[in-house]
Amino acid sequence: MNGYNFAYLDEQTKRMIRRALLKAVAIPGHQVPFGSREMPLPYGWGTGGIQVTASVLGAADTLKVIDQGADDTTNAVSIRRFFARTAGVATTTDTNEATIIQTRHRIPEKALREDQIIVYQVPQPEPLSKLEPSRAETRRMHALAEYGSMHVRLYEDITRFGHVAISYDYPVMVNHRYLMAPSPIPAFDNPKMHMMPALQLFGAGREKRIYAIPPYTDVRSLDFDDHPFRTTRAPQCCALCGADDSYLDEVVTDDQGGRMFVCSDTDHCETRQAEGHTGTGEPIAREAAE
Amino acid sequence: MTEETLLSARGLSLHFGKVPALVNVDADLWPGEVLAVVGESGSGKTTLLNVLSGRIRADSGVTWYRDPQSRLHDVHAMPAPALRALHRSDWGFVHQNPRDNLRMSVSAGGNVGERLMAAGNRHYGNIREAAIDWLAQVEIDPARVDDMPRTFSGGMLQRLQIARTLVTHPRLVFMDEPTGGLDVSVQARLLDLIRSLVARLNIAVVLVTHDLAVARLLAHRIMVMQRGEVVETGLTDQVLDDPQHAYTQLLVSSVLQA
Repeated sequence: MNGYNFAYLDEQTKRMIRRALLKAVAIPGHQVPFGSREMPLPYGWGTGGIQVTASVLGAADTLKVIDQGADDTTNAVSIRRFFARTAGVATTTDTNEATIIQTRHRIPEKALREDQIIVYQVPQPEPLSKLEPSRAETRRMHALAEYGSMHVRLYEDITRFGHVAISYDYPVMVNHRYLMAPSPIPAFDNPKMHMMPALQLFGAGREKRIYAIPPYTDVRSLDFDDHPFRTTRAPQCCALCGADDSYLDEVVTDDQGGRMFVCSDTDHCETRQAEGHTGTGEPIAREAAE
Repeated sequence: MTEETLLSARGLSLHFGKVPALVNVDADLWPGEVLAVVGESGSGKTTLLNVLSGRIRADSGVTWYRDPQSRLHDVHAMPAPALRALHRSDWGFVHQNPRDNLRMSVSAGGNVGERLMAAGNRHYGNIREAAIDWLAQVEIDPARVDDMPRTFSGGMLQRLQIARTLVTHPRLVFMDEPTGGLDVSVQARLLDLIRSLVARLNIAVVLVTHDLAVARLLAHRIMVMQRGEVVETGLTDQVLDDPQHAYTQLLVSSVLQA
């Protein structure tokens, strides 16, 4: 960690981010502006998440970084190495061991605990952005809790497809008050946010916003009374560990339409394999997949 | 009249720089009544509408609105959330250009249902039923409930806007040239529709128009404006058949007789 302050950011910046975090925790789901810094990675790669992580990281913490559930993808590996070098903290791929988990677009399958913090990377913090282009107006809508237009979007989906077709970044209502974008996690993960024992922090670097969900907070996915929220997953079992309840990635294995469905959470999959669970291990042909 | 007014304005004045847009305007509107504001372009009609509906603040004067519980509210002193809630529920606004009010990328049903959803209705089936019912009431084929407004004609768009506005059964609707820009046969049909809906639902309307024929057909009472001043006011037939003020006489005599 020579040549860098602990966890890369200078202490004044961390202090500013912690102030924003405190405010965010005090008002669950409310977007707090903060002075986002240039980070040594491109926008869209987690500049918001990495600043939040840097601000809450302590020397005794154990860090886990996942990207779409996987510990071994470029984004996850580089951020993990970044903090190993600039903060000298222990890193892990085991969800159980981690005290801070920075994530891009997934929540681990394993239930999180009270002594853990999960940091989300957020590309677009404003859930109303697709309906109302003006930020001044969306802020007013948040202030007055005018969220009827969001239901218009759900109405359109049901009208067109027979069900709500938002598969990721499914808008949620936090603590019965603020509409919040849960970052592009699959709708499958939305129920995990409800009453989660761990602290959830969200950082959007390019949009310069921080928001948070304190532990044990009510988080509801928007729905209609006669079209309740429901999650979807591929109907297959994991080809490696046989899990039938985890979120699956579809991996194309050849140019003949063969594909494999495997857990997107690599740690969950490896743990299950170590416990003796096995899947078919074989790709499935095009017909079987459809 | 012994009944209490729904909306009352006293001494409204507003200047845009040196231009007087409103000069000491008084207005009263009773429940279920249609009040037409007529005058030439630039006479302050639309400004008056915007001030009455709380969208613009006047330099001086006061506007009172009486809610269903018979409490009086000063429209310009109301907190913004209350005024916005009023605009979403008890009040409606029909624009000259329906594209200003409609969501063009949302189906007709979604457009009609938006005010219901904003009012907290969370039952898809009921919202859709109400939307279909309202499309039928404004004479749009209910089979087009899932079509995009961009596939609708100008007259249909205007009727869709009216359905969207009336779905929450407002008590007071502000209309700004609702028939402007439509051809004459479509205008006639739309006027007929507005007249029957307003009478059946007992809605009070402030109608801004430059077209005396529209005022004659829809309005119970009429206000004639010139350079921000109300020059004449009274029952529609009385004012149009026996205009007293020189400007009103000019207006009435300048209408082409077909």
